[in-house]
Amino acid sequence: MAGNVWRSTILNLLRKWGLSINDKNKVKAQEVSRVVGALKTETPQTRTFVRGMQTVTLIPGDGIGPEISAAVMKIFEAAKAPIQWEERNVTAIQGPGGKWMIPPDAKESMDRNKIGLKGPLKTPIAAGHPSMNLLLRKTFDLYANVRPCVSIEGYKTPYTDVNLVTIRENTEGEYSGIEHVIVDGVVQSIKLITEEASQRIAEYAFEYARNNQRASVTAVHKANIMRMSDGLFLRKCREAAEKYKDVKFTEMYLDTVCLNMVQDPSQFDVLVMPNLYGDILSDLCAGLIGGLGVTPSGNIGTNGVAIFESVHGTAPDIAGKDMANPTALLLSAVMMLRHMGLHGHAKKIEAACFDAIRDKQVLTKDLGGNSKCSEFTAAICQRVQDMD
Amino acid sequence: MAASSAVLSMSKIVKPFWGGRLGNTVVGATLTSHREKSSHTPPPAKYGGRHTVALIPGDGIGPELLNHVREVFRFSCVPVDFEVVHVNSSLGTLDDINNAITAIRRNGVALKGNIETNHTMPPSVKSRNNLLRTSLDLYANVMHCQSLPGVQTRHKDIDIMIIRENTEGEYSSLEHESVSGVVESLKIITRNNSLRIADYAFRLAREKGRRRVTAVHKANIMKLGDGLFLQCCKEVAAGYPDITFDSMIVDNTTMQLVSKPEQFDVMVMPNLYGNVVSNVCAGLVGGPGLVPGANYGRDYAVFETATRNTGKSIADRNIANPTAMLLASCMMLDHLQLYDHASSIRNAVLTTMNETRLHTADIGGQGTTSEVVQSIMRFIQSKGQLTSEL
Repeated sequence: MAGNVWRSTILNLLRKWGLSINDKNKVKAQEVSRVVGALKTETPQTRTFVRGMQTVTLIPGDGIGPEISAAVMKIFEAAKAPIQWEERNVTAIQGPGGKWMIPPDAKESMDRNKIGLKGPLKTPIAAGHPSMNLLLRKTFDLYANVRPCVSIEGYKTPYTDVNLVTIRENTEGEYSGIEHVIVDGVVQSIKLITEEASQRIAEYAFEYARNNQRASVTAVHKANIMRMSDGLFLRKCREAAEKYKDVKFTEMYLDTVCLNMVQDPSQFDVLVMPNLYGDILSDLCAGLIGGLGVTPSGNIGTNGVAIFESVHGTAPDIAGKDMANPTALLLSAVMMLRHMGLHGHAKKIEAACFDAIRDKQVLTKDLGGNSKCSEFTAAICQRVQDMD
Repeated sequence: MAASSAVLSMSKIVKPFWGGRLGNTVVGATLTSHREKSSHTPPPAKYGGRHTVALIPGDGIGPELLNHVREVFRFSCVPVDFEVVHVNSSLGTLDDINNAITAIRRNGVALKGNIETNHTMPPSVKSRNNLLRTSLDLYANVMHCQSLPGVQTRHKDIDIMIIRENTEGEYSSLEHESVSGVVESLKIITRNNSLRIADYAFRLAREKGRRRVTAVHKANIMKLGDGLFLQCCKEVAAGYPDITFDSMIVDNTTMQLVSKPEQFDVMVMPNLYGNVVSNVCAGLVGGPGLVPGANYGRDYAVFETATRNTGKSIADRNIANPTAMLLASCMMLDHLQLYDHASSIRNAVLTTMNETRLHTADIGGQGTTSEVVQSIMRFIQSKGQLTSEL
């Protein structure tokens, strides 16, 4: 029974790839393995080469999400980036067995395209289902949250020389959600640190540092107090450091990092840490460069899945009024281009965005100006086109 | 309030008559009962009019800074004697720290440097500082961050009091490896401790005339743990209608702190967030060398620098900033009710801070520790009080 299903699947695949089988016995073993093998190791580069255009799943989101997604699509079109957008909705639905999940067409699209861009999602209070971000994280096993924080020239903050990346373990740690009431009035929350998750995030951090020409990786911990858990995390970081000798590795206590970060953020490069510290530190660094409205973010998962998102809220009060600032989503999309290897387009769009902000002519309200989102977008499109 | 201030002024008159013999015992006892927050505080360890305070030098810059404190005290004729207890952090046994804890129980008040924790040691070797805090039940860590006029910082007009739960939360040191490769660390939040710290925060806010208390939490993720903490804060807030209460999630708090720190007044939070927020605030006002911290329990008080740094890299090089430790010793003198000495030393320290050529390296200057201390002592002498020779 299973054998028949498997055989017909292979036949369908072979037919799809243009091979026909006259006699089942004559099917060359290597052809089948080539098909199956190619499907398993299919990489974005191969597909770009094959088709020229890359398909990316776009999740506009709620509130200002649709406006800023439209803005990003317009800018990408002006920049002639080889990206094809596939829009999907991720409102939670209840699958068989009562388990909440994202719609199957969204999941299928992501699994196929591997790369996604997401706008802000609203978390309903009493909907009965967990937050959408959590669902996405669980569905695609998004284990690393990467947030590069670079000072934006033209958007003045008291900190002018920030250039660091926070890489945060996104699946376990303090956010495991395991809590119990031991006796009335005593609550216990469990922080979970596992060897494989720590190893995975440590190796990703060093890999990222190497791929992006970053000089050092700093592990942030509190092993003086949480000896076993953060000790395990540190051990795994040290082991990963051994494999990447070209990147410098240091360890620093969380409180020292916080202290030094607000005094001199230029001393930090790549920071890797467990979930809670990562949450606090990444938001601290976002605050240094100007807030969540201008900070990009990317989530890396297993199987090559990567979802880039803007981390701000849905801003329902300005939704639909053409007042939103698309910078965060745009910079996340630029991060996505870099991830896909399209560095030329990434640089062009990023430079146009920063120039527009530095120019101060068409800033949106949150950046201190009076312009509309469409005007800001048009200015960036103009600059991108002028660069060609 | 009026009664206690009347008693205080009376003590000033009484003292010169009786000299050192009676001391402030009669008057002091009344003062104690009026001013002390709890009703069970044992009387301070006074003998012959002099107080005894436990001194734990610790590691790194602790010993040299505490030596400077002793120097300044001796110079200003402060009636405080120090019982020095050394704690050797490299030993595996707990005898040293137990001796220190006994000394603090004996004296009631302590001044300490940070004891280094070697985190490469096995988990059975706990942090000595943590052990001290939990054994003595020093449940409130209070830190007052103020922008100092002579120090150049990115933000101005910061005046934040941070009250941090000091004994439980993530620092419970309860960890186990149930399955190989999977470690669980327990964060404990109890109703009693949360109520206690919230009550302390509101009482302190009222006493200092503060308008607003902000609770920092992460109850959207840790619904039961931080949810309980937040609920306790709300319950206590109901009993203080003159003080506004609000709450903020910790990641938003750090973001607000680096952009608009002027908005915060008093903040209360569990242990780990307290660690993060207090270090961020210390960084905002100029660094770890400037802010003193105090750990209060029902019966004991231990004073130290707010950010608890060992400072190994700058130890014994005469470049450490003595401000934090000196201000901590002033807080201790306030606690011992030696208000005059406290204010004279504090004024000297803050005035010296205005002289930029005397800034130490951590705040961008080139002065040495001894130069700063000498200048402080000269200032105290210039005010005309009784001092010994320089």
